[in-house]
Amino acid sequence: MTLTNNPPAAKPTLTQRGSSALGDRVFSWWTLGTGLLVLAILGLILITTVREAWPAFDAMGLRFITERVWDPNPATGDAIFGALSFAYGTAVSSLIALLFAVPVSVGIALFLTELAPRRLRGPAVTVIDLLAAVPSVVFGLWGILVVAPALVPIYQWMHDVFGGIPLLGRLFGPVGSGRNFMTAGLILAIMVTPIITSITREVFSTVPRADKDAALALGATRWEMIRGAVFPHSFGGVVGAVMLGLGRAMGETIAVALVIGGATNITANLFAPGNSMAAVIVQQFGESTGTFTAALIGLGVVLFAMTVLINVLAQVVVRRAEARMKGSVA
Amino acid sequence: MTLTAPPAARPAAGGPDLTRAALSGRRRFTNHLATAAIWVAVLLAVIPLALVTYTVLAKGGGVMSLSFLNEDIPNSYRREGGGMGPAIVGTLLITGMAALMAIPLGVFGAIYLNEYGKQRPLARVIRLMSDVMTGVPSIVMGLFIYISWVLLVGEQTGFAGALALACLMLPVVIRSSEEMLRLVPDELRQASMALGARKWKTTLTVVLPAAISGITSGSLLAVARAAGETAPIIIVTGIVFSPNWNLFDGSNTALPAQIFRNASQPFPAAQDRAWGAALTLIVIVLGFTIIARFISSRFAIKER
Repeated sequence: MTLTNNPPAAKPTLTQRGSSALGDRVFSWWTLGTGLLVLAILGLILITTVREAWPAFDAMGLRFITERVWDPNPATGDAIFGALSFAYGTAVSSLIALLFAVPVSVGIALFLTELAPRRLRGPAVTVIDLLAAVPSVVFGLWGILVVAPALVPIYQWMHDVFGGIPLLGRLFGPVGSGRNFMTAGLILAIMVTPIITSITREVFSTVPRADKDAALALGATRWEMIRGAVFPHSFGGVVGAVMLGLGRAMGETIAVALVIGGATNITANLFAPGNSMAAVIVQQFGESTGTFTAALIGLGVVLFAMTVLINVLAQVVVRRAEARMKGSVA
Repeated sequence: MTLTAPPAARPAAGGPDLTRAALSGRRRFTNHLATAAIWVAVLLAVIPLALVTYTVLAKGGGVMSLSFLNEDIPNSYRREGGGMGPAIVGTLLITGMAALMAIPLGVFGAIYLNEYGKQRPLARVIRLMSDVMTGVPSIVMGLFIYISWVLLVGEQTGFAGALALACLMLPVVIRSSEEMLRLVPDELRQASMALGARKWKTTLTVVLPAAISGITSGSLLAVARAAGETAPIIIVTGIVFSPNWNLFDGSNTALPAQIFRNASQPFPAAQDRAWGAALTLIVIVLGFTIIARFISSRFAIKER
């Protein structure tokens, strides 16, 4: 019989065989590998920087974060590396930045989602995109050569007016060059506004149409609708956005390095020069050796730990808020 | 006649007054105040942008010339003249090399997240961690590359700068590419599978081409951001005053680093060079941004 002479036919298969199956496996492993790269890099950052910073941590112990003196080249005795002044500078400049950036960002986000006529929406988004596109060093250059000198008379005026008030007046102390905590905070505010705005706007746009219409139908004005329908719905997301902005502000290096003044200083006076952790690293890294380098890398470790912590928290908050909102859409 | 409808009742005829006029003064005032505050917020964002743009154009335009783009950087900040040639070469080479490394890796990472990992725990961790990684300060990335590359090879090179920029770009490319892959309709994947194509072939020849315009524009935005990064460049690439075309041998420099160094000098000549460099950098960054926007608006998959 002719039929039996045929070689036993392989089961028909509709997918390509042979090397292709191997290709599938190789490809999936390769993509997994690139995905894992992210985790690998983050892990490596932690391990290598901690190891390299160890001499400084070892020499200073817990004083590395509680000591306010930073003296790499003392006339006598051992070098002292205390990060407290710089942590203070980072905190103060970031908080000033948020103080200005958050209301403005929320305002712009409301403008984009609730207020803007259609033909203004595009240009407004473009402004935010462009603000985000300007490199931070350009803001720094503008800050040190234009903004800081221009603000000195204003700072002087504020010092004259508010300086005499007890307690509160200490914030508005004597004015120096215009390179100080306040200027750094203002420049930072410009730089974190785009990121807070874009996330806040996304959060606002997930507020259900029905909630807003219901508020308006009950006779609410636009502002009452925003307060009653938009804000309660998006509180979590906005908190997340603010935290992301905080993380960005704390890590910003170059602009702050240019405008904060470069002094190791803890003072309530917002018009006094100071320094931030990121700025110190970039200013002093070139001339450092040995334990000094280790101490600067140690600042990097502290900065890394703090920004990762804040970012993880912020992402979790934003994700949770988004999930809740998607669940509640009618 | 009884059938004719009564004339349309005005609110005054009994029902509650629902017109704007009935709002109490306080409520109307608050509403106006809030509206005004929102407009002020928008203005507050426009002002710095306008001021920065104006200053950079005015001061940078003053020193801009062909020789500025070409000539070597004077090795004394005090000296007049010279240009930013080496920094432009450095910026383009370093950023280009970083893009060559980060974009392919990032796209494959995105393919893992969207085509393989989906909602698995590992994929969710990677997704969260890439978002976290976009928040890692660039100075920390600079320190990381300094320790793990510069100390290893023993010298500061342009390639080290490219590595640092690549690390900064990677998570941005991953997340934006993933968004774009998610927009590719599942029907395309199913059609390709039904024709007998393996998953890797489907992904590379059907899914990726469908999303390529979005991926390109997202990647270009990442490149634009990276081109403006300063801190890692200062830490890991050192400084040169004449062009170095070799990324693997000897120090290099880039526009942001030059802006930073010149901005903190008291000499007018240095400050002029900083403004010129800033203008050049902004033109490069905006160039990338505009191309990216154009591609995404012209070729994007329509969101469904």
